[in-house]
Amino acid sequence: MGLLFGGLWIGQNINLLPLGASANAPIYDELFKVLLTIGTILFLGMVVLVVYSLIRFRRRPGQTGDGAAIEGNLSLEILWTAIPAIVVLFVGLYSYDIYERMGGMQPLNHHANDASSHEHFNSGNGRIWGGIGSSSLATPQQSAAIPIDVTAMQFAFLFHYPKGDFISGELHLPKNQPVTLRMESKDVIHAFWVPEFRLKQDVIPGQPTILNFTPTKTGRYPIICAELCGPYHGGMRSTVVVEGAEEYQDWLLSNTKVSTSEK
Amino acid sequence: MTLANSSSNSEAIQKLQPTGWMKYISFSLDHKVIGLQYLVCGFIFYLIGGALAGAIRIELTTPISDFMPRDVYNQVLTLHGTIMIFLWIVPVVNGAFGNYLIPFYVGARDMAFPRLNAVAFWLIPPAGLMLISSYFITGAAESGWTAYPPLSITSPAAGQIIWIISVLLLGGSSIFGGINFIATILKLRQPNLKLMQLPMYCWAMLGTSILVVLSTPVLAGTLILLSFDIVAHTGFFNPSLGGNVIVYQHLFWFYSHPAVYIMVLPAFGLVSEILPVHCRKPLFGYTTMVYSIMAIVILGLVVWAHHMFTSGTPPWMRLFFTIATSFIAVPTGIKFFNWVATLWGGKISLNSAVLFSCGFIINFVLGGITGVALAQVPFDVHVHDTYFVVAHFHYIVYGGSVFVIFSSIYHWYPKFTGRMLNETLGRFHFLLTFIGFNLCFAPQHWLGLNGMPRRVAEYDPNFAFINQISSLGALLMAISTLPFLWNIIWSAFNGGIAGDNPWNALTPEWLTSSPPPIENWEGNAPLVTEPYGYGTINQEDLVEPTPESPSEESSQ
Repeated sequence: MGLLFGGLWIGQNINLLPLGASANAPIYDELFKVLLTIGTILFLGMVVLVVYSLIRFRRRPGQTGDGAAIEGNLSLEILWTAIPAIVVLFVGLYSYDIYERMGGMQPLNHHANDASSHEHFNSGNGRIWGGIGSSSLATPQQSAAIPIDVTAMQFAFLFHYPKGDFISGELHLPKNQPVTLRMESKDVIHAFWVPEFRLKQDVIPGQPTILNFTPTKTGRYPIICAELCGPYHGGMRSTVVVEGAEEYQDWLLSNTKVSTSEK
Repeated sequence: MTLANSSSNSEAIQKLQPTGWMKYISFSLDHKVIGLQYLVCGFIFYLIGGALAGAIRIELTTPISDFMPRDVYNQVLTLHGTIMIFLWIVPVVNGAFGNYLIPFYVGARDMAFPRLNAVAFWLIPPAGLMLISSYFITGAAESGWTAYPPLSITSPAAGQIIWIISVLLLGGSSIFGGINFIATILKLRQPNLKLMQLPMYCWAMLGTSILVVLSTPVLAGTLILLSFDIVAHTGFFNPSLGGNVIVYQHLFWFYSHPAVYIMVLPAFGLVSEILPVHCRKPLFGYTTMVYSIMAIVILGLVVWAHHMFTSGTPPWMRLFFTIATSFIAVPTGIKFFNWVATLWGGKISLNSAVLFSCGFIINFVLGGITGVALAQVPFDVHVHDTYFVVAHFHYIVYGGSVFVIFSSIYHWYPKFTGRMLNETLGRFHFLLTFIGFNLCFAPQHWLGLNGMPRRVAEYDPNFAFINQISSLGALLMAISTLPFLWNIIWSAFNGGIAGDNPWNALTPEWLTSSPPPIENWEGNAPLVTEPYGYGTINQEDLVEPTPESPSEESSQ
C-alpha cells in the first residue's frame, strides 16, 4: 500500500522533464507521469522484495541444512505472468491512445498524413498501410500549417522559408500556429530534436522526412542534432525562436527585404 | 557411443599439448582451458574498454571539448562500444562460461568440436589487437559501434575497414561457438539425461546459440556490403549513388538487437545456477524458466525496428514493433519473479556471488522498466539517441551482464583454481561497484530527458554538475576493479584450499576435483537428473569430503 502511494506520489510530484513548449508536450508529460508512476511502483516493489528476502532469509551463523524444497507453484507463476502482461497491455493501449492524440493534433507520423509531400519517399505507401494517425489528421489545420524547408549538413541546420524565399540559420516560428518542417540532409544522417517540443525526427540523405507540430510557448529553445554526424556533432546546434504573430511577421518581412535586395 | 573412441584419441592429443601455465597460451583443445582463455582475454579487453570509458567520462566533466580532439573522441566511443560488446561481454558470457560449464552439464568430456572451439577462441585476440592497433596506425573508426552509413562511408576509410574486418572475425568466432554449443547440448548429452533435466544455463546457451546462428550472418553480410561501399564505391547504402541508408539500419539491428539477448540470456542462465546453490533451494519454476527463455529468443528476433522509431519508419511498423518489444517484458518478468521466489524461504549465504546476483536483479529491473518505456513510440521520439538511452542500455549490459560475470567469477573461481577468493574483498568490491555504477548511470536518465544527446564531446553548460556526478561514479567503478584484481591474483596463490565442492552444490561440475582433471571426471561421468534438488537430496552424501562448511568466511 505504502509502495502504491509512494509510487503515485513520486509519479505525480517529481518533475524530470524540461519546460514543454508545443501542443503535444503536455500529452507527452501525461504519458511520462503514468510511466514513471508504474515504473516506480514496480521497481521499488522489486527492490523491497529482494532486500527483504536477503535479510529475512539470510543464513544465520551456525545454521545448516537446506531451504524448503519448493520447485514451483503454478498459481503463483500464472499470477506473475499476468502482472507484466496486464501492465504491458495497459501501457501499450495507453501509449497508443497518446500516440493517436499527438497524431491527431500534430501528426508525428509524417509519412501518411501530408498530402502535399508528393516528393515524399513513402507517402503513398504510408497511406495504404497507415491506419494510425493518418486518419485522425485534421485537414483544415494542415492547410493552415506553415511550410518550412530544413536542410541539415555537417554541422548546421538551414531553414528555408518559401513564403519570403530566404534562408535563415535560426528557426523562427509564430506561437500557436501549426508548422510543417520538410527536412532533408545533404550529407550524413542528422536528427532534428527540440527537447521542449518533445519531438525528434531523423534528417536523412535521399529520403525527405516531415515533422508537424504547433509551438505553444514563446521563448528560445535549443535545436539539437541527435544523430552522430561527425567530429563536431556535439556542436551542431541551432535555436528555435517562438514569438508572437506580430514579431514573427516583422522578422519575416525584414528578412524578405534583405534577401530581395541582395538579388 | 563414440565417447570411448574420442577419449583415447584425445588422450593421444593431450600428450602433444603443453602443460602447466603454458597451456593457457597454446592452441589447447581442452574446453576448460579454452573457457579460461576466453575469460582472461575478455577481462583484459574489459580493462582496455574501461579505460576508454574513463577517457569519455573525463572529457564530459566539462561542457566543452578540451580533453581530446573531437575526432579522437569519436574514435574512443566507437572503440569503447565495440570492445565492450564484441570482446568482453559476448565472449565471456558465452565463450568463457559456456565452454567451461556446458560439457560438465551435459555429462561430456569436451565440446562437440574441440578444434573448432580452439579456432573460435584464437580468432579473438588478433581481431581485438587489430581493432585497437588501428587507433595507432591509421586512426580507428569514428562512426560509433553502429557504423551508420553515410557517416561510415564518408569518414576515414582505413579505420572503418579495419573495424569491419575485426567485427567480421569476432562474428565468425561467435558463430563457430554457437554451432558448437548447439551440437554439444543436443548431441553429446548423456543418453539418460533428458532435456528438461538440464541445468538452466544449458537452456540459456541453447537459446542464445540459436540467436547467434540466425542473426550474426546477417550482420556479416551487411558489413561486407558496407565495405564494398567504402572500397569499391558500390551504392548499397550510399544515397549519392542511389543507395538506401535505412536498409542498413534494418539489417544492422536485425543482428544487433538479438545481440542484446546474446549478452543477457546467458547471464540469466548463470544467475539461475548461482542463486539455488547459495539459497539452498531448488530453482523456482524450472519449466516456466525454460519457456521464458524460448519466448525471449522468438520475440527477440522480431523487435529490431524499435531502434528506428525516428528513422522515418512507417506507422504500421512502429505499432508492430512497439507491441512486440513490450511483450518481451512478460517472459523477462516471469524470470525475475522466479528468482525472487527462489530467494524466498531459502537459507541465503550473503556472499559476494549472491550480492552481485541480487545487484543484477535490481539493476536489470530498472533497465527493463526504462526499456518498456522506450518501446512506446510517443515516449521514444523525445528520448531516442539521448543519454536516457545510454543509461538504459548500461543498466542492461553493465548492471545486468557484467554484474553476473562478477557473480559467476566469485561462484566458480574455486572450481577454476582450487582456491577460495577472499570474501571481505569481494563484498567491498560489490559495494564499490554497485554504488559507483548507480552513481554513474542513474543521473544520465535525467540528462537525456532534459536535452543531452548521446555521443557528444560538448554539451549545454547547465548539465555540467550532473555530468560531474556521473564521472565521479565512473571513477568509483574504476577503483572498484582494484580490490577485485588483487583478490583474483592473490587468491590464486594464497587463497584457502577450496576442495571439490565448497558450496555443496549439486550440478555436475562440482562432483569432481578442483580444478577438474583433463577428462573432467576420473571415472564415469555422473548422471545428474536433479541439478536443483536442494532440500530433497541427502546433504550428508555430499558434505563429507569437505572439512568445514564453507558457505561463509571460508577463505579467511
